[in-house]
Amino acid sequence: MAETIINVKDFTAAYGDNVIIDNINFDVYKGEKFIILGGSGCGKSTLLKHMIGLYRPANGSILIEGENISKAEGQERIEILKNIGVAYQLGALFGSMSVLENVRLPLEEYTDLNNDSIDLIARMKLNIVGLTGSEDKSPSELSGGMIKRAALARAMALDPDILFLDEPSAGLDPITSAELDQLINQLAKSLGVTFVIVTHELNSIYNIADRVIMLDKSTKGIIATGDPEYLRDNSEIPIVQKFFKRQTDEQLGG
Amino acid sequence: MTKPHTTTTRPSLEIIKENNNTLRLKVKGSLNAYTTAVIWNDSLSEFKKTNPKELILDGAGIDYCDASGIAFITDLRIKQDEAGGAYKVEGLSDEINKLYKLFDPKDFEKPEEIESKVSENKIEAAGRLGYAAWEELKINIVFTGRVTVALFQALLRPDKIRWRDVFVTSEKFGANALFIIALVNFLVGLVIAFQSAVPMKQYGAQIFVADLLVIAYFKELGPLMTAFVVNGRSGSAFAAELGTMKVNEELDALDTMGLDPVPFLVVPKVIASVAMLPLLTVFGNLFGLIGGLVVMFSLGFTFSTYINQLTIAATYGMLLAGLFKTLFFAVIIAGVGCLAGMRAAKGPSAVGDAATKAVVVGIVLMILVDGLFGVIYYILGI
Repeated sequence: MAETIINVKDFTAAYGDNVIIDNINFDVYKGEKFIILGGSGCGKSTLLKHMIGLYRPANGSILIEGENISKAEGQERIEILKNIGVAYQLGALFGSMSVLENVRLPLEEYTDLNNDSIDLIARMKLNIVGLTGSEDKSPSELSGGMIKRAALARAMALDPDILFLDEPSAGLDPITSAELDQLINQLAKSLGVTFVIVTHELNSIYNIADRVIMLDKSTKGIIATGDPEYLRDNSEIPIVQKFFKRQTDEQLGG
Repeated sequence: MTKPHTTTTRPSLEIIKENNNTLRLKVKGSLNAYTTAVIWNDSLSEFKKTNPKELILDGAGIDYCDASGIAFITDLRIKQDEAGGAYKVEGLSDEINKLYKLFDPKDFEKPEEIESKVSENKIEAAGRLGYAAWEELKINIVFTGRVTVALFQALLRPDKIRWRDVFVTSEKFGANALFIIALVNFLVGLVIAFQSAVPMKQYGAQIFVADLLVIAYFKELGPLMTAFVVNGRSGSAFAAELGTMKVNEELDALDTMGLDPVPFLVVPKVIASVAMLPLLTVFGNLFGLIGGLVVMFSLGFTFSTYINQLTIAATYGMLLAGLFKTLFFAVIIAGVGCLAGMRAAKGPSAVGDAATKAVVVGIVLMILVDGLFGVIYYILGI
């Protein structure tokens, strides 16, 4: 089996007394494109936010490259965070800075590189995501697809080992969304980055995923793990079948 | 089925009491959200009056029925189920019947109100309130501590300060506020001078209007008026800016980059605020005194008499005592604004709430601090 890069163990997430995810376990392997999916409100984004250390789990642990991100504090936490990049659902680019400055920011904060080198690296990252020419624009001047790509460039600024993407294709038209999928595949291949992606776009899932886990709202756990095509054709769980075939009960029965 | 909006026929209701136990409601016409009300109330009141063992809805005459009509038919069924009687629907066309069958009353029952199991007594309520207040205070203390630490770190490493943000904020906070500061202080100075001139006149002591004005302005009015205006302008703006960043996940993004929002976002604002507010106050003092000058002119004094009187009454101590306070006001404006923004909830009204909170809390805190300084200065004899 491949090398484990993220280990989620006995993980429970809750807001107050309201348990969202109840005791799940899974591993993400190095270099794979791992997709977390499930219906609306099943805790996909909650799980992601715990994995990137924004929230503390109610129980259990999340190890990123062997380090417990849920317990780490101060410098230790920063060292873990340097190895991950996050592209948020809405992009979360800093509105007061240009696109280039957004990508430069992590480099300025964490490296001793001189100004010109930082500039070069940031421009390269923007070139990878196809945003050459938009460096000096403000985030508010970009379209939805460009914002997502700029966010991806910023997440990649420090060449992290793991990239987390929260609904990368949400709100994009099918063509832009397919281009983004292609970009993710290219990056995974050329840079060997591990991707953890939250989505419920079926096309993206088939295009990208090496492996998926599917969360379920009623059981608050994982109801399926594996290759999406395999799950589509072989899963005997009705919800999983419905999801992958985009069907309602009636269609499935008929 | 006919289209509702082209050929709407008003529905009619015929009530037939077949025997003592059976009520037949014969409905005809089109049932949609606009027309159903006509027969709904009548049917219900008749149903309540007769309380039949069997209720038959005869829908043979219904030529159009949308979800509102179905709701009417279903409502009768629910009421009859509750009363424990029999219910029958007759004569619906196939299409309407299909629609009717789609809605099972069980699927949209109102959820039972979950009564809070904990019955709260007054002591418990007071405890909860006290605990909430303590938590609130704790957040403020922690934030104040973080800002203080970050400011000291910034002093030790000035190259790490985001100077561009400092300058941008200074421009918005300071330069752009000049006009409104001038206007407000000019008017306040004018009004104070005028109002005090009236009683002073009775004693022939109008010249002392200048003394009163300059003392009041240097010590209290100048710093407070300026700080209030700036708090309304910039405190709310800080809250809105950081609140929007919170809603847009930008604060989360900072966090996952391992960057602390306090040095990154708050410190530049505090520095700009502390640098600008004393300058604005000097400017505000000047315009307050110009307001007084207008009144003094109208009382027949010359420019040089006024200035002379001012220099006799005012001391550098007063001016500096007033300006010293503004350093604290500046920290309050920036700190309270930023904290309100960072604590904004999610949702469309959150940013507005944060801005309101910033302004209100800012004003209250500034008045408290001002009162504290009043006591200290009194003891020190300034």
